[in-house]
Amino acid sequence: MTAAAEPRVVRRETSPVLAFLGRRLLGGLVALFVASILIFAALNVLPGDPASVILGRNATPQAEAVLTKRMQLDRPAAARYADWLGGFLHGDLGLSAVSLAQGQHETVWHQISGPLKNSAILAAIAALFMIPLSIGLGVIGPIYSGKAVDHAISILSLGAIALPEFVTGSLLIGVFFVGLDWLPPVAIVPPGANPLDNPSELVLPVLTLLFASLAAGVRMVRAGMTEVLQTEYVQTARLNGVAERRVLWRYALRNALAPSVQVLAQNLQWLIGGIIITESVFAYPGIGTALVNAVQNRDVTVVQSVAMLIAVVYVLLNLLADLVVMLLVPKLREPA
Amino acid sequence: MSDALRFLRTPSGAIGGGIVLFVVLVAALGPYLAPHDPTAPVGIPLTGSSSHAWLGTDFLGRDVLSRVLNGGRSVIGYAAAATVLAYLVGMAIGLIAGYTRSMVDPVLMRTVDVMLAFPPLLFLLVLIAGAGTSITVLIIGVAAIQAPAISRIVRTATLEVSTRGYVEAGIARGERAFAVVGREVLPNILAPVLVDAGLRFTYSILIIASVNFLGLGLQPPNSDWALMISENRTYIQLNAFSVLVPAAMIGLLTIGINLTGDAIARSLGRSYVPRTTRSVTS
Repeated sequence: MTAAAEPRVVRRETSPVLAFLGRRLLGGLVALFVASILIFAALNVLPGDPASVILGRNATPQAEAVLTKRMQLDRPAAARYADWLGGFLHGDLGLSAVSLAQGQHETVWHQISGPLKNSAILAAIAALFMIPLSIGLGVIGPIYSGKAVDHAISILSLGAIALPEFVTGSLLIGVFFVGLDWLPPVAIVPPGANPLDNPSELVLPVLTLLFASLAAGVRMVRAGMTEVLQTEYVQTARLNGVAERRVLWRYALRNALAPSVQVLAQNLQWLIGGIIITESVFAYPGIGTALVNAVQNRDVTVVQSVAMLIAVVYVLLNLLADLVVMLLVPKLREPA
Repeated sequence: MSDALRFLRTPSGAIGGGIVLFVVLVAALGPYLAPHDPTAPVGIPLTGSSSHAWLGTDFLGRDVLSRVLNGGRSVIGYAAAATVLAYLVGMAIGLIAGYTRSMVDPVLMRTVDVMLAFPPLLFLLVLIAGAGTSITVLIIGVAAIQAPAISRIVRTATLEVSTRGYVEAGIARGERAFAVVGREVLPNILAPVLVDAGLRFTYSILIIASVNFLGLGLQPPNSDWALMISENRTYIQLNAFSVLVPAAMIGLLTIGINLTGDAIARSLGRSYVPRTTRSVTS
């Protein structure tokens, strides 16, 4: 160490990791803010009068007047937006518009807290399988490059990535319920019950979710691994007699994973998109089913809060990915 | 074989191309071949295969085969409409941003960033909740999801091309911007744009079919593969064809397009790089 030799360029006070994450956090917050405006505008400004939309066929001038008053629709849109966003930031999601139309006062949170928990369980199980499997399968391919295993994995993942969840789900039901009668075709969870009480019901939904997101993950890890295996440091390591296992796991995988983490985060995001469809296929009472029902009933307050919650999870996943990448690639931790 | 069709010589290109051709033919010619009216009951609901109805009947007693033969047009047609609309808008914005390097540029980049922070399906559902359930809303929504990313690709390609000599020559000749863009820029950015268009078309099929499946797009009694799966899935045990055949058709179409796209990308000499990746440090 020749630290005393000569004073180096003055070190910046903030660590580059924090600065980077701070920039990303700021970007995420801006995106969420814009998203909140778009969501609110689409639901409240676009069609004209929300009261008549929510009431639908039951709309009479009196009913509309009552609902307008209850939802405070006579106030300017900007003020209502500010109220909603302020409430959202404090964890107050407001009242369900449809329940207001029926003269009740059910909170949005009451409607979605159960489904939110169910969806979290489903997504967590899927993610638990997805991450190790996509890394494992993605690494195997390039190691056996050109062999049957490699071809099988790449053809299967190319096919799987193209299938929409509702097709995968229907085909799985066709095989495992109609054909083999091994697994139930629906995953109905009574209100208040735990989805894990009946694990066989969760198998097909998890498989459906895994199928598409896993394929995308495998392809990315595979691409990263192929590239890294051709670099000079891997060849140098091999020429130096480093054991092949060590070359693969310590040298290659670590560097191949960095770009893949971004994609894995993206896959987790796709999982969220996929969960909306998958839950509908299996009638699973999660946040996706709740959202689709709310869209059908034009329950604008439920839709806007659920949409915002999902957007927040999306941005958080991105941040998490950035953090993991920082930890994997030391180069990024140095000042630019 | 001409250069453009070189991809058909690879196995995945030949298989993929064959599958796509088959599904497109079914969708295009199916309505003329259908033995029954796709919206009229022809027998007892949910019977299995018979000589009268080869694939059995659906939950309202309609002929599944006739509905499958009629159900492809909407799947392919609406996706094509959404993709074309997305391209018209995205191309225009991208060309303007890339060619003029004006204020449009930073606005465009930020818009794409915001779009990436939001699940596309969620965007559509919010739009449908606000504007109502209709196929017009669906097509406009799907186009709106894709237009920003398209304009970004077109912009990058335009930026690159517009520094070339032939563009500068056009400008020097005193041609108007419209003519330069149309005659010099556009033909030279077409190749990368076409590969991208194939991928976006698949994506349009996937997302429109998904929304139709959720019952938030096309409404009954339309015959549409996604809608058929959604209507009949409760009764899958009684007549599995009513669900599995339309599911297989959609699956074949999207897998076929993906195989073909992959083969085309390879034959153009680029390794497959998923276009959704973003760099770590950007």
